[in-house]
Amino acid sequence: MKARRRLPLDNATEVNTSQLAYGPTEWDDYDVPPLTTGLSNEKMTMWAFLGSDCLLFAALISTYLLLRNRVGPDTDGSTAAELFDIPFTSVSSFVLLMSSLTMVLAVTSIGRGEIERCKMWLLTTATLGAVFIAGQVYEFTGFYREGLGFTTNISSSAFFTLTGFHGVHVSLGIIMLVTLWSLISRGNIGAERAETVEIIGLYWHFVDIVWIVIFAVVYLIP
Amino acid sequence: MAITEEPPLILELESGETKPSTGAFARPTYAKGWRAWVFTVDHKKIGIMYGAVAMFWFLWGGIEALLIRTQLLTPNGTVLTAEQYNQIFTMHGTTMVFLVIMPLAAAFANYIVPLQIGARDVAFPRMNALGLWIFVFGGIFLNLSWFLGGGPDGGWFAYAPNTSVTFSPGAGMDFYAMGLQIAGIASLVGAINLIVTIINMRAPGMTLLRMPVFTWMILVVQFLLLFALPVITVALVLLSLDRTFDANFFNVGMGADPLLWQHLFWIFGHPEVYILILPSFGIVSETLPVFSRKPLFGYSVIVISGAAIGFMGWGVWAHHMFVSGLGPVSVAAFSATTMFIAVPTGVKILNWIATMWGGKITFTVPMMFSISLVSMFTIGGLSGVMHSVAPADTQQTDTYFIVAHFHYVLFGGALMGLFAGMYYWWPKAFGYKLNETLGKWHFWIVLVGFNLTFGPMHILGLQGMARRHSRYGPEDGFDFWNLMVSIGAFVILIGMIIFAINIVKTWLGYKAGTIEQSPADPWDGRTLEWSIPSPTPEHNFDYVPVVTDLDDFWHKKYQKDENGKLRKVADGNAIAQLGDQHPHLPSPSYWPIVLASGLPLIALGLIYTLWLTGIGLLVLVAAIYGWSLEPHTDPDVGHGHGDDHDDHDEPDGDHSENLIDSPKDESTEEAPVG
Amino acid sequence: MNVITDSHVEGTVEHEDHGLSDLGYIKIALLLAVLTAIEVLTYFVDFGVLEVPSLLILMVVKFQIVISYFMHLKFDSKIFSYLFITGLVLAVVVFAAMATSLVFWTDPAGCDAGRFC
Repeated sequence: MKARRRLPLDNATEVNTSQLAYGPTEWDDYDVPPLTTGLSNEKMTMWAFLGSDCLLFAALISTYLLLRNRVGPDTDGSTAAELFDIPFTSVSSFVLLMSSLTMVLAVTSIGRGEIERCKMWLLTTATLGAVFIAGQVYEFTGFYREGLGFTTNISSSAFFTLTGFHGVHVSLGIIMLVTLWSLISRGNIGAERAETVEIIGLYWHFVDIVWIVIFAVVYLIP
Repeated sequence: MAITEEPPLILELESGETKPSTGAFARPTYAKGWRAWVFTVDHKKIGIMYGAVAMFWFLWGGIEALLIRTQLLTPNGTVLTAEQYNQIFTMHGTTMVFLVIMPLAAAFANYIVPLQIGARDVAFPRMNALGLWIFVFGGIFLNLSWFLGGGPDGGWFAYAPNTSVTFSPGAGMDFYAMGLQIAGIASLVGAINLIVTIINMRAPGMTLLRMPVFTWMILVVQFLLLFALPVITVALVLLSLDRTFDANFFNVGMGADPLLWQHLFWIFGHPEVYILILPSFGIVSETLPVFSRKPLFGYSVIVISGAAIGFMGWGVWAHHMFVSGLGPVSVAAFSATTMFIAVPTGVKILNWIATMWGGKITFTVPMMFSISLVSMFTIGGLSGVMHSVAPADTQQTDTYFIVAHFHYVLFGGALMGLFAGMYYWWPKAFGYKLNETLGKWHFWIVLVGFNLTFGPMHILGLQGMARRHSRYGPEDGFDFWNLMVSIGAFVILIGMIIFAINIVKTWLGYKAGTIEQSPADPWDGRTLEWSIPSPTPEHNFDYVPVVTDLDDFWHKKYQKDENGKLRKVADGNAIAQLGDQHPHLPSPSYWPIVLASGLPLIALGLIYTLWLTGIGLLVLVAAIYGWSLEPHTDPDVGHGHGDDHDDHDEPDGDHSENLIDSPKDESTEEAPVG
Repeated sequence: MNVITDSHVEGTVEHEDHGLSDLGYIKIALLLAVLTAIEVLTYFVDFGVLEVPSLLILMVVKFQIVISYFMHLKFDSKIFSYLFITGLVLAVVVFAAMATSLVFWTDPAGCDAGRFC
């Protein structure tokens, strides 16, 4: 193995040395000193992005909460809340929650080098995500048939925008999971790149925790 | 005293090169010509391009300002119709904020931060290029509106429902909403990149509290961007959904409250103004010590107050809404928080003055611009504190008093600081200094013109002249001061022309050889960027410096002798690195500009026809996949060139490992994943 | 970036030495399922005045569990926590302030004119 020159790491921050295990990064082929904190650039990027996404969903959720019961002289139709089917949505929520479990199992399995198992868990996660989206589509078409469309009133606009944004996030996640599955199948990603799976996992879990909030605050709390 | 040179720290790296990449194109290898710029991932080229494009928009935003001032030169002006006036002042503000100040700050952040922390580039060079091209296309997209039905006309703050389709039927506001979304993505991408770079790619020994103040301020700004941009994203999405898809967010008939827009916009908008000023605060925190030959007074206080400003900036936004019917409790609360935020800023002003006090001051052009920031921003800050007193603001708001305030802080503050940065870092970027004499003319004419333009606006505001009115009547009594203001605006123009002449003259002189090349350390600087040649070599540092102190480079030149007096022990240019190494650097890439080009297509499609959006999405998706799958380096370049790589003890064949994990594969066990 | 440190001489990419085992994750998922079931119970059973607080507490607890365990934040460097929690706290505080301003601190005279009160 090639020798490596070790440089003193920055002691100003706590470094969990077990975190120094991460896979190839954009800088691998180039000549740079070790990363200051010993942490992965890519993982740090995802956490920063998720922090930013919190603000996005907070703005959307606040907008919904403020607008959900608003009426004006032109208002027509019921509010979204009046049409909720809580038992149905509960099942959807459960599905998404379990997809987080399968995602974690995908990460741990590739960490152990179990490529085939990881692929299986990734596909399961994507499928559960797709089931969730299918549930959303069914729910929304149901609302539409009952007269609650996107433009019906201010409450419906807010509801569909919030859940639509979340749904788009989930869908993008499904695309990433399937892509990941495909790249692993072709051998582009192996055990050394386990962190890639972990990072996509972080995104997926985030999408799940946003739903935890939406489910409680939009659906369950009267 | 002997200065030991660190041996080249060229580290052997595990390739991690992916197996036959599914990317269709090899990465470009252009080193010269326009393609070396269009496909570059080098932070320095990207920084220069941000700056150049921003100066182009500065010219355009300046023309918009001159149109305003020509219209208001006399009462009942006839240069612009009311509708045109609305578009011009909207775009003047939007251009200056989003297409000039922010990208100029990005230019400096991109160019200088990696140098100040001892890095070879940012954490994600391709993403850096992506941010640049998204910004370029976003600015073009926004200004396409002029040709496609008229510019946005709702003010830069775009209050809904005034900007809904009912009251603003043209496509202008759609260009505004989507254009800012596009530009916002550029800033967000840049913010994430710089945050990770600053946290994770500092030179060994450079703890956070040994970082230069400019880098610190940029770090605070990137966090502000990271968290504020999503909020305006939501606001603009709600507006676009209303305008394009008939949603009801700002439909008062459906029960909407216009305050929702205002809150969402200003929750972004207030951190935004700190995003605009903090980089310039960082710049003068660099120049004032250098040209006073004294360390910055109260480094940690300046750093902490910068962070405090960033943090407290989240609690003051509704001071933009004092007369919108918030109610007395809200108004009182935000009035108090706004007064508090003056404290950390005042602390900085005092620290800068204390830095200069007792120093050996040289009045170079960057120093003059820096001192003008301290004084002009103080004036702007004083009027700002006056606005924070809510009852007083009831009179001041929506008058020229406010216009005076924000131009003093943004022009007199942010822009003057950015000019200081240009003159200061020009030799580092281009290899020669701008002309001092022309620079002094530029400075004084702009300073006089600026004060002539915006000083009288305080008077006009208190006399009752309202903002955003396309004309004033002869009976108002505003004639004289408006005349002065307009004259001032043209004086500024003269100053800027001199600046342009300076740039062209020195560039031509340098190419002809009549202007001398700057050495590594022309100003006797304190920070790491002065320890490498001018212009900066492509790889930045031959060897990554090991830092032991704040202002480490300064301490290598000046040390205290036995009597405690500071003594020069080395000349900066003598101990500067030579720039003669050739380490590997990330290859250029086609994908950033390709990806960026998908965004305006998507936006145009949302305005005109969804087919365009579909095409844009295809381009976007193709570019994302191309990007993810392209090899790290062009296989024909880099590895295997024996002359550069004496320390490589293995042939290139070892680099392409089979990454499929199989129990028999021994090499993965050796994979150094430390 | 790959750097060999002494603790990683084996050169594996395992995360098992910190974090949970697969069984541990399954147990966490079961806990989350139970908590969700309780949340859903509020729809069928009248919790009275406890309904909203229970839902909020359950929501926060589930949120926390997924972040700490599934997203590994409990075992990872604090830097990741700072990055994310800053965003989260800022989001909650700023929008709580906005809602307070719009709903509670509003101008009483505006109530009839369409304010949020």
